[in-house]
Amino acid sequence: MKKNIMIERAIHGVFLILGLLTVGCVLLITIYLVISGIPAITEIGLFNFLFGTEWASTAAEPSYGILPFILTSVYGTAGAILIGVPIGFFAAVYLSKLANPKVKAFMEGAVSLLAGIPSVVYGLVGMLVLVPAVREIFDIPDGASLFSAIIVLAIMILPSIIKVSMTALEAVPKEYEDASLALGATPVETYFKVSVPAAKSGIAAAVVLGVGRAIGEAMAVMMVSGNVPNMPSLFQSVRFLTTAVASEMSYSSGLQQQALFSIALVLFLFIMLINATLNFFLKKEKD
Amino acid sequence: MSDIMTAKDLNLWYDQTQALKNVNITIPEKSITAFIGPSGCGKSTFLKTLNRMNDLIPTVKITGEVCYNGQNIYDSSVDVNELRREIGMVFQKPNPFPMSIYDNIAYGPRTHGIKSKVKLDEIVEQSLRDAAIWDEVKDRLKKNALGMSGGQQQRLCIARALAVKPKILLMDEPTSALDPISTSRIEELAIELKKSYTIVIVTHNMQQAVRISDNTAFFLLGELIEYGETEKLFSQPVDKRTEDYITGRFG
Repeated sequence: MKKNIMIERAIHGVFLILGLLTVGCVLLITIYLVISGIPAITEIGLFNFLFGTEWASTAAEPSYGILPFILTSVYGTAGAILIGVPIGFFAAVYLSKLANPKVKAFMEGAVSLLAGIPSVVYGLVGMLVLVPAVREIFDIPDGASLFSAIIVLAIMILPSIIKVSMTALEAVPKEYEDASLALGATPVETYFKVSVPAAKSGIAAAVVLGVGRAIGEAMAVMMVSGNVPNMPSLFQSVRFLTTAVASEMSYSSGLQQQALFSIALVLFLFIMLINATLNFFLKKEKD
Repeated sequence: MSDIMTAKDLNLWYDQTQALKNVNITIPEKSITAFIGPSGCGKSTFLKTLNRMNDLIPTVKITGEVCYNGQNIYDSSVDVNELRREIGMVFQKPNPFPMSIYDNIAYGPRTHGIKSKVKLDEIVEQSLRDAAIWDEVKDRLKKNALGMSGGQQQRLCIARALAVKPKILLMDEPTSALDPISTSRIEELAIELKKSYTIVIVTHNMQQAVRISDNTAFFLLGELIEYGETEKLFSQPVDKRTEDYITGRFG
């Protein structure tokens, strides 16, 4: 008997340590980012850093304004959401409510596969297929642009939007749908007027999750966006918060390097904000 | 009293399992007809064939006819949504939508194209009055319906069904999830409603059938064993199995 209790306690302890390890990593990253991100901001000035429109880190007289990156990330994410959410939402309604089981199984598999494709592959296909296509279609000198990045991001966030929305829609009690049908509503009316409103917190969570994925993506957008620190414009080469850090880190030094940490800190704060929103919606869904 | 619904040689299968066997029955208008029988006897299944709610289960196969006002409701020309508007349903577990009380009632009329606020207000009030719940909820129509008690929720569901002005109300064990006081309120309501509506109620509670119904049908293993006036069926059952069931020898 006593031995069992000992084992229980030991196992409990091991799990606790493993849990703390995760928390420790998050804490460590946060502290590290804050410590290494603050100096550049104080030196450049918070306002100049966040709202400066010019990023010229390697110029003789360097300037470190990250507004182009912030706006590019915001526009890019908004664009991806604008395209990805309607597609993902309707796909989720179709798969969870309308599709016959065989079609559903096949398409769900495809969606999972889409989620599993590494982002470098998205980038590669985007670079080789999408970028030249955009150049041809819109008759611009270079297809690597905010527009191409938006398209790639829209596709990349589809799986999270579809899967999370589907889970929410499938959790809607069948009783609600039966009640609607028994009142003479058609199935489609029922899904949009009863099931979707009942699942709205979950669907909102799906959108927020999509925002999180889009804003945090680096590799794929780096390969299709041209990576020039312009103020964002749809058919111009742009640089995101993520790609700003990734593209200069390998050769940076001094204030430039510190400024990159500051960008990472800004990105981190964005993600924190999104996670808080996500938790808010998930909690609402539970209630 | 004229007959409003008739089933002729109705058979129903779930996959290979036959759940209803040659059911023949006529249901008179503006009365309460009760279906009784042990669990799994087919009474709920039969109730759901009357407004085609079984259509929602992909493995169901049905033969025979169910006629509503002389029209076979399984005919391909029948608009099933229109049919369900005329033949409403109240479920075993109260299932209000997670919306306000007002929106619950207005859902059906809105679905059928009524947009005028004045008209909707009128329907909501009348339906809630008809379901004897107006006085309890008139001050909180904008509150979420899920905040009501189970008994209130069930009366709300009845009001919601009445809001689309059906001719027939099918009730599938509407009081099985409710306490005795709520149950008796629903029973009183059913008796009141039969003045204007035809009610078909499935119940596992034989006393309930005796208290409220005009006619009773006894189902066993998918067959309609006996059907007749409630008083007669409970006092002088013709079939031995009916007698065994109502005297509590099985079930």
